[in-house]
Amino acid sequence: MRNTFLIARRELEAYFISPIAYVVTAAMLVVLGYFFSVILFVTRQASLRPLFGGSALIVLLFVLPLLTMRLVAEEQRSGTIELLVTSPVRDWEIILGKYLAGLAFYLLMLVPTVYYPIVLEVFGRPDWGPILTTYLGIILLGGSLLAVGTLASSLTSNQIVAAVLGVGMALLLWLIPSLAGFVSGPLAAVLQYLGLSSHIADFAKGVIDTRHVVYHLSVIAAGLFLATRILETRRWR
Amino acid sequence: MITVRGLTKYYGSLPAIRDVSFDVAAGEVLGFLGPNAAGKTTTMRILTGYLPPTAGQAVVAGYDVVEQSLEARRHIGYLPESVALYPEMSVRSYLEFMAALRGVGPARRRKQRVDEVMDRCQVAHMADRPIGKLSRGYRQRVGLAQALVHDPEVLILDEPTVGLDPAQIIEVRDLIRELGRDHTIILSTHILSEVEHVCQRVMIIHQGRIVAEDTRDRLRARLKGGELLYLEAAGASQEEIAAGLRSLPHVQDVRPLGDNAYQVTCSLGSDIRASLAQFVVQKGWQLLELRRERISLEEIFLQLTSDEPRPDRAPAGR
Repeated sequence: MRNTFLIARRELEAYFISPIAYVVTAAMLVVLGYFFSVILFVTRQASLRPLFGGSALIVLLFVLPLLTMRLVAEEQRSGTIELLVTSPVRDWEIILGKYLAGLAFYLLMLVPTVYYPIVLEVFGRPDWGPILTTYLGIILLGGSLLAVGTLASSLTSNQIVAAVLGVGMALLLWLIPSLAGFVSGPLAAVLQYLGLSSHIADFAKGVIDTRHVVYHLSVIAAGLFLATRILETRRWR
Repeated sequence: MITVRGLTKYYGSLPAIRDVSFDVAAGEVLGFLGPNAAGKTTTMRILTGYLPPTAGQAVVAGYDVVEQSLEARRHIGYLPESVALYPEMSVRSYLEFMAALRGVGPARRRKQRVDEVMDRCQVAHMADRPIGKLSRGYRQRVGLAQALVHDPEVLILDEPTVGLDPAQIIEVRDLIRELGRDHTIILSTHILSEVEHVCQRVMIIHQGRIVAEDTRDRLRARLKGGELLYLEAAGASQEEIAAGLRSLPHVQDVRPLGDNAYQVTCSLGSDIRASLAQFVVQKGWQLLELRRERISLEEIFLQLTSDEPRPDRAPAGR
């Protein structure tokens, strides 16, 4: 676990030097800020639900894979992976460390968005309960997307390919429930459950449903598990 | 310290190394000599746990590199062939990261150790520079420093002097020789003189197999079947000159190389350059060039892999 922390810290420091991380942060804040202000002007409701309960979150599907694309792919391209995996470190410690760095940077990206509920508090009387659960929801959603992105990054040694793969896998996961309309019975329910988009709206309503929490934790675990196995196979090829 | 038995590695159906076995005693410096793609890097990557062998076993510092990989890795310092470092990190922070990853602690001990290896590898004055801004030579030294930072018993250095300028090569060789006093070292190279300078024992690997393994001096003696001279002379026809040279004492063979050039094989221990020059001048020919040929790696492989010298072998040493 100490190794995980060491790797996470190194990756986090690398984020602060990388221009991509700043561009990604700016892109996310511009999109969210735009939606926040437009929604606020139109609805005049002191609530984050229209923003974080709906389609504005799609921006995360596009920016978070850009945050994770470097993590493993760049090490494989430059060859730094060789000294990393020949150090006495387990493969899962490497993947988890890199993932945690992405997660930590994502949390920092969210810090400026705290400005939204503060604006609501200044001009209205928002209900803070749902705002807190909303944040839990978008942290879990981001966590899932970052795990998917880490998996995509482990599959290739090209950052662009990693980003495209990551966005593709994220969109696929997000859109699965839209297929539920074409089928009926238990399969529809399964498709509904498998989609990322089914597990975010309830948080914005102020509900913490363990099913949603379990879903996101499962996606994170599966993504990191597969990334670790892929790192192993690259080595054992 | 290192025991390798029957190590074999296939990439798909292509064999990279086949049935490689050797031992390295504690404190020994073993040179892996071979042309590119001979299997040197593959062998080293298996020893460091980067690649698994297809068959065979390797034990480093008492730990099997497959079964007890993590323990084995703790005792190995590794300099890969193309040493890749994180370009955005400073030399000091990179070395501290690597030291921590290999369990050098606590923090104060780690800092002290990093200072020591930076001094030893002469990168201390670059400590706060980002690695990406360093020259090739300095990066190689940082690579060497990271291999040393956890004070491993075994050092595996894959072509440690490649890409360095002559002055840096001498520095790195001196450093390796010094490290050889208290470390077990395997180093690979395709430069014959490098092995002669730093290794006590040499292993020649060619097309994935060990073709010779011996102490440096005995191997050298085995290799010298005759002295080779390179001669350029003009003023008569090729046949005439070749025949004239053959008539000299000690000359075993004369092979025209074209363009007035000849390769002269003389009996072992003889130096007939003086009489050869005199002979050419007496004949009224023009002596354009005369020098001793250094035996090339290619020549060594031919000598070791074939029992008698082939008439069609490539011209030696350039």
